[in-house]
Amino acid sequence: MPIRTVMKANEAAAWAAKLARPKVIAAFPITPSTLIPEKISEFVADGELDAEFIKVESEHSAISACVGASAAGVRTFTATASQGLALMHEILFIAAGMRLPIVMAIGNRALSAPINIWNDWQDTISERDSGWLQFYAENNQEALDLILMAFKIAEDERVLLPAMVGFDAFILTHTVEPVEIPDQEAVDEFLGEYKPKHAYLDPAKPVTQGSLAFPAYYMEARYTLWEANENAKKVIDEVFAEFEKRFGRKYRKIEEYRTDDAEIIFVTMGSLAGTVKEYVDSLREKGIKAGAAKLTVYRPFPTEEVRELAKKAKVLALLEKNVTFSVGGALFQDFSRALINQEERPILVDFILGLGGRDVTFRELDQVLEISRKALAGEKFEEVNWIGLRKEIL
Amino acid sequence: MAVRKPPITTREYWAPGHAACAGCACATALKLATKAFSEAMEEKYGDPNAFAIAQATGCMEVVSAVFPYTAWKAPWIHVAFENAAAVASGVEAAWKKLGRKGKVLAIGGDGGTADIGIQALSGMLERWHNVVYLMYDNEAYMNTGIQRSSSTPYGAWTTTSPPGKYSIGEDKPKKWVALIAAAHQIPYVATASIGNPFDFVKKMKTAAKVDGPAFVQVHCTCPTGWKSPLEKGIEIARLAIETGIWPLFEIENGNFFNIRIQPPGGGAKVKREGDRIVAIEFKKPIEEYLQLQGRFKHLFKQPEAIDQLREQIKAMWKVLGVDVTLPKPGE
Repeated sequence: MPIRTVMKANEAAAWAAKLARPKVIAAFPITPSTLIPEKISEFVADGELDAEFIKVESEHSAISACVGASAAGVRTFTATASQGLALMHEILFIAAGMRLPIVMAIGNRALSAPINIWNDWQDTISERDSGWLQFYAENNQEALDLILMAFKIAEDERVLLPAMVGFDAFILTHTVEPVEIPDQEAVDEFLGEYKPKHAYLDPAKPVTQGSLAFPAYYMEARYTLWEANENAKKVIDEVFAEFEKRFGRKYRKIEEYRTDDAEIIFVTMGSLAGTVKEYVDSLREKGIKAGAAKLTVYRPFPTEEVRELAKKAKVLALLEKNVTFSVGGALFQDFSRALINQEERPILVDFILGLGGRDVTFRELDQVLEISRKALAGEKFEEVNWIGLRKEIL
Repeated sequence: MAVRKPPITTREYWAPGHAACAGCACATALKLATKAFSEAMEEKYGDPNAFAIAQATGCMEVVSAVFPYTAWKAPWIHVAFENAAAVASGVEAAWKKLGRKGKVLAIGGDGGTADIGIQALSGMLERWHNVVYLMYDNEAYMNTGIQRSSSTPYGAWTTTSPPGKYSIGEDKPKKWVALIAAAHQIPYVATASIGNPFDFVKKMKTAAKVDGPAFVQVHCTCPTGWKSPLEKGIEIARLAIETGIWPLFEIENGNFFNIRIQPPGGGAKVKREGDRIVAIEFKKPIEEYLQLQGRFKHLFKQPEAIDQLREQIKAMWKVLGVDVTLPKPGE
C-alpha cells in the first residue's frame, strides 16, 4: 500500500531515488540539496537501498562518476544545485552526448555572485542547451513523481538522454508537505529493471565510448541528440499516461488552470505555479478573466502545447525566475520562437521576479496583472519587466 | 622444436592502426601496460580480459579513438580531460554492483594527472577505489601542441615556456606526482620508464594485482615535443634513468621510510645500508640526456642553468632519502 506522509522535497527526491533502485549514486553536499545525499546514505547504511554510494570530492567528480557508472550499464542517480550544477556543466554535455540516462535532482538555487542560497531557476535554465531533459516540480509530490518518471523517460530506447528534475530551493526543498510514497512493487512494475541492450564496458564485448569525432561526424552526432529530444516528447506523454493509470496522478507537459475563457494567462514553472493558481482564483472572484499555465516539462520544449495554449489568450504573462541579459527570461525567448510564425498570436509580456529567493506574493502578481492589462488594452507596455525590484537601494 | 615463451602475452589491446606519431614511446607504454594488465587479470581472476579502461583527454586518447575507428580491443571510455579517475570510480562502483570481477585502469597524461586532473585523482585514491591509475609522463601538454605542464622539467623549452632574453625556458622544478599519490597511503605507487620496459611491465602487474588503488607514473619520450630523433626514444628514456634525471622507485602503503629505490645502471655506483640505497654516484652527466633533445638545446649556452637543474635533481633525490653525486661532463 502506498504510504501517505509528510516530507520535504529533498526527502521526496531521496525516496524517489530509493524506489528506482539505482545501483550507483555519486553526490557531493550542497545547499539546499544536501539532505538528498544524506538521506540516501542513510538508506544505504540501513540496507534499504542496495547501491554503491560514492562520496565524491566535488560535483565535477559526482557527475563524472555517474557517467562512468551509467556507461558501465547501471541505473545512476545524483543530486545538486546552483554552483554544483555549474561545476558539472562540462560533463552535462558529455553525459547527454554519450546518451547516458542519468537522473539528477536539483534544488533550484540562484547562482553567484553575490553568493545566494535561495531559489531561482538560473542554475538549470543555464543548462538548457546541455541536451538534458528538464522537468520542474510544483510541489513535493511532483518532485517524487517526476524523478520516477524521469528514469522511465530517460531510459526509453527512443530517448536515452539524461534528465534533471528541479524543485525550488527552500520553498520546496526544506518545506514539509503531504506526499504519497508509492509501493515499491508498483514502482518496480512501472520502471522495470534497467537492462541496456548495448554492450557497456563489458570485457566480453568491448566497445569504445567517448570517441573523437572529426567534422565529418560531429554534426550527425549532435543531430541524433536533437532527434532524441524530439522523440522524448511522445515518450513523455506515454509515460505520463501510464503513470496516471498506475498511480492516479495526472501530469501534462503544460498544465492549464482556468484557461478556457481567459484573456490573460500567467505562465510559469515550479512552486510559483501554486501561488499563481490561487491568484487566478482571486481574480476570477473579481470577474477578471485570468488563467494559469505551468510548464512541467521545459526540455524538450513543448512547442505544440505552447501553440495550443496561445490560442486561448490575448496576453501571455511569462513569470520567470531567471535572466538572459538584454533579452529577458528564457521562457520569453522560447515562447517567442514557438509563436513567431503563427498567424494569430497573443501579446507576450515578460516578468523577471523572485530572483535569489525574493518572495513572490499577490502584491507582486498585482503588478504583473496591471502591466498585462495595459498590454491587453493596447496601451504602451514594456516587454521585459523586473517585478519587486527595490529601486531605492540601487 | 622448442618454442620459447614470449616474455609478455601476444594478446593485443592497443591495436595497430592508431594515429600516434612515429617514434611515440607513450604508445609503446600503453601497449605494454595493457598487456601487463591482461596478464595480471589472468593470474588474479582467470580472465585476461577482465578490465576496462577510463582515459583522460590527451594525445593517447585522440590518436586511439577517432570515430568511426578505434585502436582499443578492451572496453574503453573517454569522458574529459580532468576526470579519468572520477569516471574510473564510477565504472568500478558499477562493476561492484554488477558482480563483475576485474579491475579498472585509468590512464592520463601529465596534464590530465599532475594539473587539471589531480583533484579527481586524489578523490579516487582517497576513496580507495580498486583502480590502477597510469600516468604517462611526456612532460608537457602534447595534445594541444607542447605547452608546459607542472610535470615539465626545469629548463625545458615548450611553446609556453620559450627560452628568451629573460627566460631559460621552464623555470620551475618538476612536480612529483608519484609522491603526492603515495601520500594517500595507498597500497602501491611506482615510477617506471619506457627505458626499462621489463621493469615497467612488472610494476604494472604488481599494481593490477593489489586490492585497492595503485598509481604508476611512466616516463615516456615524445619525439615531437622533445625535438628528439624518432629512433632514440628508448635510449633517451634509459639515459634519464642512468643520469639521475628519472628515479625508479616503489612505495607500498605510503611508507615513505621504506621507499624501494632501484639502482640506475649506466655504471652508477650504489651505496647501501642494509636493503636500502642511501647514496648513488652517477657516472653519466645529465648533459648526455639533455643533448639528445632539442627542447634543452638552449641550455648549453647557459651552463649555469644546467647546474641549477643538477641541484634540483639532487634535492629531489634527497626527498627520496638518497644522496647523489651528479658529474659534470669530463668529470
